[in-house]
Amino acid sequence: MPIVYPHKTEMPCRDPEQRRHSWDEVAEGYTVERAIAEARRCLNCQDPVCEQGCPVNVPIRDFVRNVAVGDFAGAAATIRRRNLLPAICGRVCPVEHQCESRCILLGRQEPVGIGRLERFVADWEREHGSGGETTAPDLWRDQKIAIIGSGPAGLTVASDLAQLGYPVTIFEALHAYGGVLRYGIPQYRLPKEIVDEDVAHLTALGVEFVRNVIIGKTVTIDQLFDELGYSAVFVGTGAGSPVFLNIPGENLKGIYSANEFLTRVNLMRAYSFPEYDTPIQRPRRAAVIGAGDTAMDAVRCSIRLGADEAHIVYRRSEQEKGARAEDYERARDEGVIFDWLTLPKRFIGDENGWVTGLECIRTELGEPDASGRRRPVPVPGSEFTMDTDLVVIALGTNPNPLVPQTTYGLEVDGHGCIVADPATGATSRPGVYAGGDIVTGAATVILAMGAGRRAATAIHEHLQEEATAKQPT
Amino acid sequence: MDTTARIIEKRDLTDVTKLFVVHAPLVARNAAPGQFVIIRVTETGERIPISITDFSRDEGTITIVVQQVGRTSALVCALEVGETFLDFAGPLGLEVPLPFEGHAVLVGGGFGTGAVFPLARELRRRGVRVSSIVGARTRELVILDDLLATESDEVHVCTNDGSLGYRGFVTGRLEELADAGAGFTHCFAVGPMPMMRAVADTTRRRGLPAMVSLDPLMVDGTGMCGGCRVSVGSKSLFACVHGPFFDAHEVDFDEADARLMTYKKQEDLACEMAGLGR
Repeated sequence: MPIVYPHKTEMPCRDPEQRRHSWDEVAEGYTVERAIAEARRCLNCQDPVCEQGCPVNVPIRDFVRNVAVGDFAGAAATIRRRNLLPAICGRVCPVEHQCESRCILLGRQEPVGIGRLERFVADWEREHGSGGETTAPDLWRDQKIAIIGSGPAGLTVASDLAQLGYPVTIFEALHAYGGVLRYGIPQYRLPKEIVDEDVAHLTALGVEFVRNVIIGKTVTIDQLFDELGYSAVFVGTGAGSPVFLNIPGENLKGIYSANEFLTRVNLMRAYSFPEYDTPIQRPRRAAVIGAGDTAMDAVRCSIRLGADEAHIVYRRSEQEKGARAEDYERARDEGVIFDWLTLPKRFIGDENGWVTGLECIRTELGEPDASGRRRPVPVPGSEFTMDTDLVVIALGTNPNPLVPQTTYGLEVDGHGCIVADPATGATSRPGVYAGGDIVTGAATVILAMGAGRRAATAIHEHLQEEATAKQPT
Repeated sequence: MDTTARIIEKRDLTDVTKLFVVHAPLVARNAAPGQFVIIRVTETGERIPISITDFSRDEGTITIVVQQVGRTSALVCALEVGETFLDFAGPLGLEVPLPFEGHAVLVGGGFGTGAVFPLARELRRRGVRVSSIVGARTRELVILDDLLATESDEVHVCTNDGSLGYRGFVTGRLEELADAGAGFTHCFAVGPMPMMRAVADTTRRRGLPAMVSLDPLMVDGTGMCGGCRVSVGSKSLFACVHGPFFDAHEVDFDEADARLMTYKKQEDLACEMAGLGR
């Protein structure tokens, strides 16, 4: 039996005071020595339950064993069998709810740092090359696939189907690829160079990327089938439409949806204004409403844009927050102030229409609500006003209605999510598959990839059947 | 798939207002009256929405009119025939709901005149009588009255200084025509915010249904960011996916005006750095 140290091997991070003013990546990643030390904590379970916690079933035990013996190229190849975006997943997966939550060590000690190891392997591969060059597959099939949205779900479907020999086109509405990886997740958490490299990798596989095409507007799904000759369509358009609070004063200047705030920062690089043309409000005292991953991204961006004080305002308590543990801790280290049990009531503005304050009321937790979490109940008479010159509303998103609105026969649920078979991604419209946030509502990168993987398999089976049916008997 | 958007014709409408005919067949194939495109011209550039002035599915062209008001629009105006837009995405927004009968009055102020042209053509196709009112500060700034004349039963030009046509605001002419018994049943107005606000007030007073096309700050143009939200009646709507045309009588113009000024300081700085006077 190996000696198992009770704690995860530390991953070096840049100093909080320094990173408050920098967009460089916060977590520096493992060194070779640290990676091997961490990999040696793995017990090499006969039945690696951690792998069941992974939505794409990465062969975790095997790649960790590769790392433990210093075979990093082997580790990379092992991961790539199941996950084509390891540098991204190693950075943004909520591992504490997935693989690491199943680790056998848990309970007695900290789980193996699977996420950190995945990132290490992916970064090692990016630096050293995978050894074997990727050979572009022969796209010999005549059934073309259209993928709508270049986020994690779409990238996964594209990769899987290209490798099966299908010509694949990814349509992106924006001017840059990656979806939420591009516009949502900030540079200091996921350097955009990594997204660029993954897109380049898919281009090398023969995947066609087309930007500035808004499916439902520029081209409809019916036109993809009838006029452009596609045999199957995958819809991975994400959870596009921001949720607002619907309280008075919400349209004052200085109040952003998280989508707008993060898009200005990440996609448009507003933090480099005027070198880049897109402007953004530079805050002194920022208030971010919500406590999920997006809220943590927004509040940490507000600090980097110069806020002296940055608050998270959340109507429930610390326990109910949705954010990944690592990002929550880093936000705290960077000086974010957390106002738990605080419910916004209205925004206060000045004579020029700028937000100056946020009136809130304290809450306490009552009986569980429909979500299973305890319902926040306002405490009478506990109103107070917090000064602020920048508010970001990070309460989640609704599905973007563009595709369902313009596609005949595509069933959606009461929330506007496309109804799709969880096992296959099949929708009510034959030949149209869907996965990721457009089906589940806002979730995670890796869940979207899992849905993409299943849809790719189902699309392949569907097209095989179709091809067979067409053959003369 | 080819998404290149190449300029095949450029016309100087005024010193600062240019018309571009752009070969963009993919955008033209589904374009409808009232819609817009989002364009970008440099790798470090911002995304800006521009109304579609004309489109031809057969020719695969989109016509836009751009007025130099800031750094990005100055870069657009400097483009020449043969050059391409870095990004040209659309058509975005909803098709404007047009009537099938009656007498529509179309009001265009400044470079907004371009945006009412596709409405005129579609209204005429439907057999609706079309009167157009085109306004500008002075005669050199009156644009596209000739184009509009091709799809209008009558065109009325107004200038603030009286150098061409009616002396005064478009709303003055609108009232005059209505008083004279024009029998307008619908009004559609596109132009600077103060003009659209004045049209809203005038038509409200007269009980004439009116729609205006709003041009708020926008980032993605696909309903993702909510930066273009406007209060219409009791609702907060997104100009990019619920508009850009809204019921003029329900729009909160004070709020829309204020939101348009959000980045005034930054815009002034950008213009100064680019050596542009404002």
